[in-house]
Amino acid sequence: MSATITVDTGPLARFKRRRALLQLAAVSISLFMAVPIYLIAVAAFSTRDGLNQFPQPLWPKNFGTQTMETFLSSTGIVAGTINSLIVGVSTLIVSFLVGAPAGYALARFTFRGKDAYQLALLFTRALPIVVLSVPLARAFLATGLYDTPLAVTLLHTALSLPTTILITSSVFLGVSADVEEAARIFGCTPAGAFLRVVLPLALPGIAASSIFTFVTSWNEVLGATILTFSQRTLPAQVLTSLADSPLAYRFAGGLVLVIPSLIFIALMRKYLLNMWGTTIR
Amino acid sequence: MSVVRHNLRSRGRISPAIWLVLPSAVLMIFLFAYPMAEGFRAAFVDPDTATVSLRNWDRMVSDPQFWAAVRNTLLLIVVVIPLQFVLALTMSLILQAKPRGSAVYFYLWAIPLAVSDLAAGLVWLSIFADRGYLNSVLLSLGVQPFSWLSYMSPGTQFMAVATAEIWRATALVLVIVVSGLQGIPKEYDEAASVLGATYWQRLWQITLPLLRPSLQVALILRTILAFQTFAVAQALTGEGFPLLVGETYRWYSALNNSNVASAYALVIMGISMLTAFIYLHVLRDQSRQVTS
Amino acid sequence: MADIKIENLVKIYPGSSELANDNVSMHIADGEFMVLLGPSGCGKTTLLRQIAGLELPTSGAIAIGGRDVTYLPAHKRNLSMVFQSYAVFPHRRVRHNIGFGLAIRKRPRQEIEEKVAWAAELLQLTDYLDRFPAQLSGGQRQRVAVARAIVVDADVLLMDEPLSNLDALLRLSFRSELKRIVEQIGTTTVYVTHDQSEALSLGDQVAVMRKGRITQLGNPLDVYDWPADTFVGGFIGSPPMNFFDGSISGGHLTIGGNQISAPVGLDHLGAVRLGVRAEAIRVADPGTPDCLEGEVLVAEPLGASTLLTVMLGGHQLKVQAKPTIRTRSGDKILLAIDPEAIRVFDPESGVSLLGATRA
Repeated sequence: MSATITVDTGPLARFKRRRALLQLAAVSISLFMAVPIYLIAVAAFSTRDGLNQFPQPLWPKNFGTQTMETFLSSTGIVAGTINSLIVGVSTLIVSFLVGAPAGYALARFTFRGKDAYQLALLFTRALPIVVLSVPLARAFLATGLYDTPLAVTLLHTALSLPTTILITSSVFLGVSADVEEAARIFGCTPAGAFLRVVLPLALPGIAASSIFTFVTSWNEVLGATILTFSQRTLPAQVLTSLADSPLAYRFAGGLVLVIPSLIFIALMRKYLLNMWGTTIR
Repeated sequence: MSVVRHNLRSRGRISPAIWLVLPSAVLMIFLFAYPMAEGFRAAFVDPDTATVSLRNWDRMVSDPQFWAAVRNTLLLIVVVIPLQFVLALTMSLILQAKPRGSAVYFYLWAIPLAVSDLAAGLVWLSIFADRGYLNSVLLSLGVQPFSWLSYMSPGTQFMAVATAEIWRATALVLVIVVSGLQGIPKEYDEAASVLGATYWQRLWQITLPLLRPSLQVALILRTILAFQTFAVAQALTGEGFPLLVGETYRWYSALNNSNVASAYALVIMGISMLTAFIYLHVLRDQSRQVTS
Repeated sequence: MADIKIENLVKIYPGSSELANDNVSMHIADGEFMVLLGPSGCGKTTLLRQIAGLELPTSGAIAIGGRDVTYLPAHKRNLSMVFQSYAVFPHRRVRHNIGFGLAIRKRPRQEIEEKVAWAAELLQLTDYLDRFPAQLSGGQRQRVAVARAIVVDADVLLMDEPLSNLDALLRLSFRSELKRIVEQIGTTTVYVTHDQSEALSLGDQVAVMRKGRITQLGNPLDVYDWPADTFVGGFIGSPPMNFFDGSISGGHLTIGGNQISAPVGLDHLGAVRLGVRAEAIRVADPGTPDCLEGEVLVAEPLGASTLLTVMLGGHQLKVQAKPTIRTRSGDKILLAIDPEAIRVFDPESGVSLLGATRA
């Protein structure tokens, strides 16, 4: 009883070794994820002569903005970027205006056909874009919508609407109905309670969902390519000019397409898990 | 609570919810139901005679590229998805163990979530191109450079596309699995460990079974998205590695035949739905079924 | 079965500067039922988790059955544990939940079946063996958690607030059941709770903890009767011990102008803090000598007794009176305090001037 315990630090050493291995694994995976982005940045900011060298240096030895400048001044790149922004923002607005009320209804009401409606939402999430794009292109050709940002906006809205509805519904579910009812009891109209109490509380989640919608639209290539001919979005422009453009153009295009994702993920980091955690069940 | 109240109040007249849901329902009928119906029509109608026929399907199947595209698409899914799941699970378990700097790791690992498959293809092009970074490193190590993306070497073409896909799309699985892991109270793991279970026993007997719903969602979503992959292959290999969606696009734009393209689209939809159905059937959760 | 020895245990959580456990040493004898009691944040759960191997100590040592386990992973310690949230595996039927520890230990199928049947019988779970936890009530899930913990031949049984998620009635009935079961299996048990009545009713020994340290360790009735300081006296007992300032000199005890005889053996202490349990104060008939006069603030009939809140010399006192008493707020009453029941504390530090326990 009085003899002191002889502590065996062996397990502790093994524990620390495991933590070190854990760090090593984490660093390795991080390198796999980050190095390609670093390399495309190096490539995009190399001079044309630099890109012709072989072997290529792994650090920006031949730094120059020539490659990027050439890319940005190529036909359709600026216009494509503008189109992408127009389409992305319009998609965001349309799917929010149409989707948020539906999400609110799913969160707060029971109504006939709710189950069927939710099932339809899940089903549409699973539809490949290409299935919609080809028939829509035919329809848009007939109605004169073909080759307009509006056409692409409509397709992208179709893609993001189910997700918007499901995410906003989970966001509204997260805002307790009691808060809303308290506002009603203290004299707010239903609309007033929604605008003054529910919306401010739901705003961060809705913002995350909006960014997600924008990203989806910004990244979508196939539908945008099928639905346009001259009014390309940026990815559609890059895709259709891949075959007859030099490597330098492709590297610069790759970097320009990747940069927004660095920003999006940084903005959404906090909400990423919540969005996927609650919406998919 | 509030649901019940709303219900009582709205009995006998149209629920206000209908007005909130209606715009989205109309839009979805226009953007989903109509194109679907139209797609079916186009696939089964002969464009020359305007009669119902299987000619489009005949043209599709008799194109040698079709079977190559089916094979490549399925091969890519069969190889890439298991690797992605192993990798994403490993990454999630690493994050779960909260190493120093795990917030930074999570950010880095989630970045590809917002990278399009076109961009991913271009990023890896800078590595796999003949004068790209991989060959540069190999050369400086004294190894002979290799034409990874050449049509002469389908094996390395496939490897390049698969690597780019693993790089790009593992993040989606990661995010779903991490949020699933966060939803599992840590007491389950602790209870098992105090009762004598080793790390691997806990992983197989506790964590993975409890993670099943998340894994199922991730698997379905990931598979459906994998059927839509094509820009990665286009960016890396041009036409060298045909995939189903790429062929649809080729028939629509280059060959200007939207009827055969519609048939392709239906094939893709059919396979995705079938896979999702099989997953749901095979992976159903016993403990939940008994409850309901 | 085994004893537990803890030496100079210090735990600082990463990123925190506070000591979750501050130099804790204790010995828990083989077969003893030790309760760790204290308010939330006192370090009792941290201590338990270090015994379990779920946290590693910053310094110090833990030995179970003479074997050093300080840094040993939890699964190598041969323990079992009941969690506050039950932690019954939702994807396993009751049968496989209870048998989990045995299956992990690779016991023969027959032995597992027999032991599961025995534990299910003991905890009245026999009819539920093939159900999933989602089909059980909270109380039944808690029984599964206990059954799962007792079937394994563990050296030590750990329980982390196992009753606190049950409703009040169930808690009371399961408490006595738990006591019977643990007595029957006789395993060394460490039980964490913030509920002083659980500590008193279950423990062979109680360790009262505060701010990461053990304030008092002893058998429950000693801790109740002879609190080591005013914190322990105030934490244990319902209502808590009454404290008020007074002074002792010349064999007399002076409280707010009243004077009564001092406890035997305490003559000249000067200013002190006094502690008296509510049940040690008696309402006396008018005219009784050696009494204190107070004014009733509130009278709460509780059935078995009536709890009075009495104003006396500027202090509020809780008095446990007979249920037959008829009194209302504003009434003047006489209070007789048994001198033997008076505890004396240092007015500054709150530490008992009578020694931690009776000499």
